[in-house]
Amino acid sequence: MPDATSAAIDALAARHPEMRPFWEAAAEGRFVLATCTACGRPHWYPRSVCPLCGSTDIDWRAASGRGSIYSVSVARRADPPYALAYVTLAEGPTMMTNIVDCDLDALAIGQPVRVIFRPGPTGLPIPMFTPDRGADG
Amino acid sequence: MTVNRQAYVVGAFEHPTRNAPDRSVAKLHAECALGALADAGLTLADVDGYFCAADAPGANPLWMADYLNLKLRWLDGTDSGGCSYLVHLAHAAAAIAAGHCNVALVTLAGRPRSEGLSIGTQMRAADPDRPDEPFDTAYRPTIAAVYGLVARRHMHEYGTTPEQMAWVKVSASRHAQHNPHAFLRKPVTVEDVLASPVIADGIRRHDCCVITDGGGAVVVTRPEIARSLDRPLVRLAGAGETVWTQNGGYIDATRSGAERSGALAFAEAGVTPGDIKYASIYDNFTIMVLIQLEDLGFSAKGTAGRFAAEGNLIAGQGRLPWNTDGGGLCNNHPANRGGMTKLIEAVRQLRGEAHPALQVANCDLALACGPGRVMGNGHGHATVILERE
Ligand SMILES: [Zn+2]
Repeated sequence: MPDATSAAIDALAARHPEMRPFWEAAAEGRFVLATCTACGRPHWYPRSVCPLCGSTDIDWRAASGRGSIYSVSVARRADPPYALAYVTLAEGPTMMTNIVDCDLDALAIGQPVRVIFRPGPTGLPIPMFTPDRGADG
Repeated sequence: MTVNRQAYVVGAFEHPTRNAPDRSVAKLHAECALGALADAGLTLADVDGYFCAADAPGANPLWMADYLNLKLRWLDGTDSGGCSYLVHLAHAAAAIAAGHCNVALVTLAGRPRSEGLSIGTQMRAADPDRPDEPFDTAYRPTIAAVYGLVARRHMHEYGTTPEQMAWVKVSASRHAQHNPHAFLRKPVTVEDVLASPVIADGIRRHDCCVITDGGGAVVVTRPEIARSLDRPLVRLAGAGETVWTQNGGYIDATRSGAERSGALAFAEAGVTPGDIKYASIYDNFTIMVLIQLEDLGFSAKGTAGRFAAEGNLIAGQGRLPWNTDGGGLCNNHPANRGGMTKLIEAVRQLRGEAHPALQVANCDLALACGPGRVMGNGHGHATVILERE
């Protein structure tokens, strides 16, 4: 892992220590979901207490990276414009994110998408989504 | 019962300014406090309970209490975003009923306009301890784009149209033309709204509320004191407050906390939506009015667009006269927090002090409600039902 990536993870983890595994996975291009081993359900945003049952037994599990657009809105006043979206993951939760590498005018609710990592403001890779042209339907 | 019809709003004041580069936030709070107390016929020396939210200097009740040299025995700095002042009214009623204070002062003020904060298209200041912040900093969920997500999902599920949303703005503008203090007084048409530029898909400029400096305050007291004052008797009949969480990501973006806070308020007041003569519904964006109309039970889920397009929000012609001051969409949205002005216009209607062209006849039961913070990421919501005695 490059030093800059390690330093960015350390900076985030200094304030949010329990999030270190998420960012370490992201740095390797792996999208993991905080998943409760008590009730079995994944959730978003990642929490150290399961928001669905209150258990503290949280496991980081590899996500499929597949989902569909729950809603999308292109911020037209931004330069350049970008797509804010809710994506419902195949695993269940819906997360706020961006749709990238796409025709902003062709995005639609229900469209299949897959995860793609892009550098966030700290330089750390962060999960975004792109139209999944290989998806069935 | 927590409210039990034992708390009266005896003072209400909306600051006339909409642009205040010449006043500090503290001075605006102070002017609002004095205005509401003068309206009630009370003075700063009568205040023994003080309520404010994060718009107050220091985001606490101590600094304004010191500025005004209040001699307090009850302080409440609950911050639930823009609906905080509706929460404060309910908390004041509970504190009064419990004997913690006799005269409660609630203030709101801020000056986003003169400080150049155009928050709809820019990210709000980050709080590094907020767990979701590293994601939001990357994804840039500006407020307009978040409400764009909400609007587009509502359109997708229920067939709500931009034209229907536009009717909310049209209704507000028809009211604002009678308000000499309104930031936008010119009536607009559906065509005007649809011709305004898209800020984020689903949200046009005219779907957004105004950005104004200013503030407001109310004074709340117990029945004996209220009856000793020379003001119409307006009391709190029911209240509900909640936070509508992100629910671990298992969300429905077309539903709001109004569903819960409204049900609590109606149950406590012992009335139904059909009994309400006037409603102040926080209008940060036109879509949010439609969602709250549905969640409160004024219109079945998915039908509020039609309800608005039939003119039902317009005083003098519709079934639910709404935001007769022009609301946040046209009149005022001080500190980017709309709860206080919603409460004040409801009090005006119940007193018979709304603009004569918009005063609801025999207005004896009114509702005020609103969200706090932003839909979709853990928003507050509060509803109050007030009645004229
Ligand atoms: Zn669980």
